[in-house]
Amino acid sequence: MTRTRVRGRLPVGLVVPAVIGLAFLLVPLAGLLVKTPWTSLSTLLSAEVGEALRLSLVCASLATVLCLFLGVPLAWLLARSGLPGRGFLRALVTVPLVLPPVVGGVALLLVLGRRGLIGEHLDAWFGISLPFTTAGVVVAEAFVAMPFLVISVEGALRAADPRYEEAAATLGASRWLTFRRVTLPSVLPGVVAGAVLCWARALGEFGATITFAGNFPGETTTMPLAVYLALETDPDAAIVLSIVLLLVSVGVLAGLRDRWISGPS
Amino acid sequence: MSKSSALVAVSAALVLAGCGSGDRPATASGTVTGDVTVFAAASLTETFTRLGDDFEAAHPGTRVRFNFGGSSALAQQLGQGAPADVFASAAPANMKQVTDTKTITDAPRTFARNRLAIAVPKGNPGRIGGLADFGDAGRKIALCAEQVPCGAASRKVFELAGVTPRPDTLEQDVKAVLTKVSLGEVDGALVYRTDVKAAGGKVESVEFSESAQAVNDYPIAPLAKARNAVAAKAFVDFVLSGEGRAVLGAAGFDVP
Repeated sequence: MTRTRVRGRLPVGLVVPAVIGLAFLLVPLAGLLVKTPWTSLSTLLSAEVGEALRLSLVCASLATVLCLFLGVPLAWLLARSGLPGRGFLRALVTVPLVLPPVVGGVALLLVLGRRGLIGEHLDAWFGISLPFTTAGVVVAEAFVAMPFLVISVEGALRAADPRYEEAAATLGASRWLTFRRVTLPSVLPGVVAGAVLCWARALGEFGATITFAGNFPGETTTMPLAVYLALETDPDAAIVLSIVLLLVSVGVLAGLRDRWISGPS
Repeated sequence: MSKSSALVAVSAALVLAGCGSGDRPATASGTVTGDVTVFAAASLTETFTRLGDDFEAAHPGTRVRFNFGGSSALAQQLGQGAPADVFASAAPANMKQVTDTKTITDAPRTFARNRLAIAVPKGNPGRIGGLADFGDAGRKIALCAEQVPCGAASRKVFELAGVTPRPDTLEQDVKAVLTKVSLGEVDGALVYRTDVKAAGGKVESVEFSESAQAVNDYPIAPLAKARNAVAAKAFVDFVLSGEGRAVLGAAGFDVP
């Protein structure tokens, strides 16, 4: 891939805040690394940690799939449909971003819980109860993470040139065909970036998960829950768990970045 | 800008002056005045807020400030040098964490005991009759995680009763367990008796015989580095007094 080199000196007004920003984000991470009891690392890694890590990765990935399935069409609706009141809808979509996750978990319980508005019928008609199940973890994570995907995809859609879609339409393509063959490929980088954000948010989710899905090893105990409970008795173990989660997530994201998001940089 | 910074400076000076004039006569003559900062377990929120108001009324010129939280989190904060005058813990283990770091000189004293209670949603829809029902996989059960004091106490109770519980969730603190009960998400849970009382009519309680055998001791102690040692000691004495015991007893604590 060819890269165009930016010529001239780097402006100080940008470099200084950028370096401070980088330090602000990385120094806490360095603090965690410094405090990590590397020597006792292996003894603190138990089978339960492996299980929590597996559960975290599986649930975050399933939540991302769910978000893609529902979120991309939602983003399209907000960006392209000409629906009245879209601005208001867009604001509503971001509610899970500002809602404290624990409150989100309570809201999910009130709707999907055993006595919730919808959950009551799910339980009575189909015998489905989401709280305290792995499916509940996926639902909680998707609830919190979906706005990241929707906003990212919607931004990409609004930045994309609608003339290609109009051209496709004048050539006789249906809206569905246009969406699949023209719109989606043109905003793919935005979809991938949104999915990555969504996955990362889902992986770190704590509040909504523990409130809605509870905490039971092998069933609903994801890494953030394990970290929180380890902190109660053994801060060293909590640090080790955090490091494991960090390394795995950074590894996955860096791997994905090289593979998928190889735009000009 | 300059007006507000001047205001900050003046109020800071006032605060400093207040502290100075408060501290000095206190150490000289033994009168109780000034600020006292209390780190207390979350389960003490209602009772200690009440006791703080009573203490301020009994000692004009004092102000009690609270930091409520999980006992283990508070112990960690104190270990990291958080400024406090008094520590009241929900478990002796967390008090020991603090005494081990020499931040306490006086021996901690037990001021209250809490016992566990079975909490069920209103009307007891899961028909929980006692601890034995906690071993039934068909019922939804919430317990505290073993890492927190109420979870450790729960384990002791089940060992005494010879029941192997089949919980669906192990919550991070007792208030989270209570939320699951009051929302009707679980059929039964073990919480503290004081939590059932504090929840009002939203949850019901089922008696069980082993509860008296697994009690949680709440220790309290003034901290060695207290900035207001006289008031710290006075507050501890107040909690242990007849007046303090009455408030704690009314909230459902056993008082020694």
